[in-house]
Amino acid sequence: MSAMSGKVIASTALPSDYLSEEEIAEIEHERTLYPDTRAVGLEALKIVQKQRGWVSDESLLAVAEYLGLPVAELEGVATFFNLIYRRPVGKNVILYCNSVSCWIMGCDQVREKVSEELGIEFGETSEDGEFTLIPVPCLGDCDRAPVMMVGPDLHRNLDRQDLGELFSRYRNNQD
Amino acid sequence: MVTNPLTRNIDFSRQPLDLAAYEKSGGYHGLHAIARGLDPADVLDRVKESGLKGRGGAGFPTGLKWSFVPMGEGAPQQKYFVVNADEMEPGTFKDRLLMEGDPHLLIDGMIIASYAIQASKAYIFLRGEYTDSERILRKALAEAYERGYLGKNILDTGFDLDIIMHTSAGRYICGEETALLNALEGKRANPRAKPPFPQVSGLWGKPTIVNNVETICNLPGILAWGIDWYRSLTKGNDHGTKLFGISGKARTPGCWELPLGTPIRELLEVYGGGMRDGLQLKGFLPGGGSTDFMLPEHLDLNLDYDDIAGAGSRLATGTLILLDDKTCPVGMIGNLMTFFSHESCGYCTPCRDGLPWVDEIFREFERGNGTHKDLAILEEHVDYMGPGKTFCALAPGATAPLGSGLRYFREDFERHITEQRCPYKH
Repeated sequence: MSAMSGKVIASTALPSDYLSEEEIAEIEHERTLYPDTRAVGLEALKIVQKQRGWVSDESLLAVAEYLGLPVAELEGVATFFNLIYRRPVGKNVILYCNSVSCWIMGCDQVREKVSEELGIEFGETSEDGEFTLIPVPCLGDCDRAPVMMVGPDLHRNLDRQDLGELFSRYRNNQD
Repeated sequence: MVTNPLTRNIDFSRQPLDLAAYEKSGGYHGLHAIARGLDPADVLDRVKESGLKGRGGAGFPTGLKWSFVPMGEGAPQQKYFVVNADEMEPGTFKDRLLMEGDPHLLIDGMIIASYAIQASKAYIFLRGEYTDSERILRKALAEAYERGYLGKNILDTGFDLDIIMHTSAGRYICGEETALLNALEGKRANPRAKPPFPQVSGLWGKPTIVNNVETICNLPGILAWGIDWYRSLTKGNDHGTKLFGISGKARTPGCWELPLGTPIRELLEVYGGGMRDGLQLKGFLPGGGSTDFMLPEHLDLNLDYDDIAGAGSRLATGTLILLDDKTCPVGMIGNLMTFFSHESCGYCTPCRDGLPWVDEIFREFERGNGTHKDLAILEEHVDYMGPGKTFCALAPGATAPLGSGLRYFREDFERHITEQRCPYKH
C-alpha cells in the first residue's frame, strides 16, 4: 500500500550500521523517559527525521529493528502524524496556517503570493530543494494572522511582509 | 489584591521571569505549603471549593475530575499527570501566551496537581510547532530541577516528581484526552472508548489526569491567596478569571485576562477596539472553531459558561472569532469543514465519511453549483454527525458551526444557489 511497497530493503545490514551513534544515543535517552518501547518508536522517528530531514523506508526499518517493533505498526504510526515526513522535503519546511482566523485575514491571497515566489503549491518542494510548502492547522497566534512557520520560526502578519526578502534570508542561510 | 493571577508576570518586552524572580513574586507558594504539611486531600478540597472548571474547552469541574483518581493504600503505585498543551483549536491562542510568558506558573501548577493525585511522573504534551514554548519551558524545568523543586524527595516531603517534555508529532485529534494518551504511548492517536476513564485507567493503564495549560495555571493562585479571593475575582456565576481572545477584523485583536462574567460587548469594544472601519459584526464563534455561532444580538450576554450555553453555544476556549459583513459566512464555514474533514482520525464512519462529504458540498457552493438538495444533505449531516452518534467529540464539534450557520445565515446559502456564485466575491 504505502511507500514500503515495490521496493526491497536489504535487511542484512544491522540497524546499528544504519543509525548513527548520535541517533542511537538520543534514542537510548528517550528510553529512560517512557516505560514502554512503543512510545520510544515515535520519538525515534522524530530523532531520525531531525538528522536526515525525513523518514525513509530504510530509516523506518532500522528504527523498527533497533527497537524490536513490528515494521507495519511503526509505519502506521509514521503515516498518522503530519509532522513525520515519509517523503523527502526541502531544507526549510513551510507550515502554512490555513485555519479559520487566518482565512478571514486573507491567508489564501497571501498563499498565492508564496506559491508564486517559490514556484510551488501545497505538498510540493521547490526546484532548488530549499522549500517545501505544507498546510497546517491553526498555529495559535490568531491576533497576528495570517501566520506561517519556516523551519522552527514563526512569521506573523504575513500580509505586511516582504515575502521575497523573507525567503531569501533562508536561502542564504547555508549551515 | 491580585486581579490577574494568570498574566500578572507576563511582559513580552523582557524575558520571562526566572525561578528566583517568579518565587519573589509569590510563586511556588503551594509547594512550600505542601512542605509545611498540606496534604493531598486538602489540596483537592481547595480546588473543589474554588469552583475551577477546565479551560480546555469542555468546562468540566477540575476538582471533581481529580476526585475519581484512586487514592490511599490500595491505589496503584504509579499514577500520571499530563498537561494538554496541544493547543490547536482553530482561533485559539491562549495557552501559548501562558507558556511563553510565565513558564514557572505552569510548572508551579503541575507540582500542585501532581501532588494532589500523588503522581510521580508528569508529561507536558506540547504541540510540536510550539518551538518557542518548548525552549522556554525546558529552561524553566532545568531551573526547577536545580532548585530541588522537581526530582526525588522534593523539599523533604517524600514526594517525587519528574516532569518530562513531550513534543507532539501533530494532528488536532491529539487534543482529545484519550487520543492524546495513545499518542503519548507512541500509537496512532485514535480516541479510546470510555469507560474506563483515564482517571482510573489512563496512560499505560495507570490512573491519569489530563488538564489543560490554562486550567493548571489557575492552581498556584488558589493555593496562595485562597478560596474567598478566587471566588471574588468573577463578575458572573463561574469563578476566577479567564483568558479571552479576539481574532478576525477587529481594530485591535488580542488576548486578555478578564474576570469570568465580563460582558461580551466589553471584550469586543473596549479590548478589541470594535470592528475595523467600514465593517459590521455579522456573527462570531465564542470559543474556537467547534462552537456554535452567536449573533450581534448576543453581545450583551456575559462571558460565563451558563450564559453562553443559554444562547445555544459554548464558552469553550473563550477565544472569539469574528465574522464581519464583508466576509462570506458560507466560505468561513467551508473553511472549518475542510479543517475538520482533514483532521478526522478516520476511526468512526459518521466522521470519516460524513465530513469529506460536507466539505465537498461547500466546495460546490463556492463554485456556484450549490443546490437546495445540497442544503438538505447538509442539514441531515448536522444530525448524522451530532452528539451521541460518533466515537468522540470531533464531528459533533464540526456540526456546531455548521448547524448554527445554516440556521443563522440561511439567506447567504440561498444567494449562493440563486446567483450561482459567491455573492461576496467581486
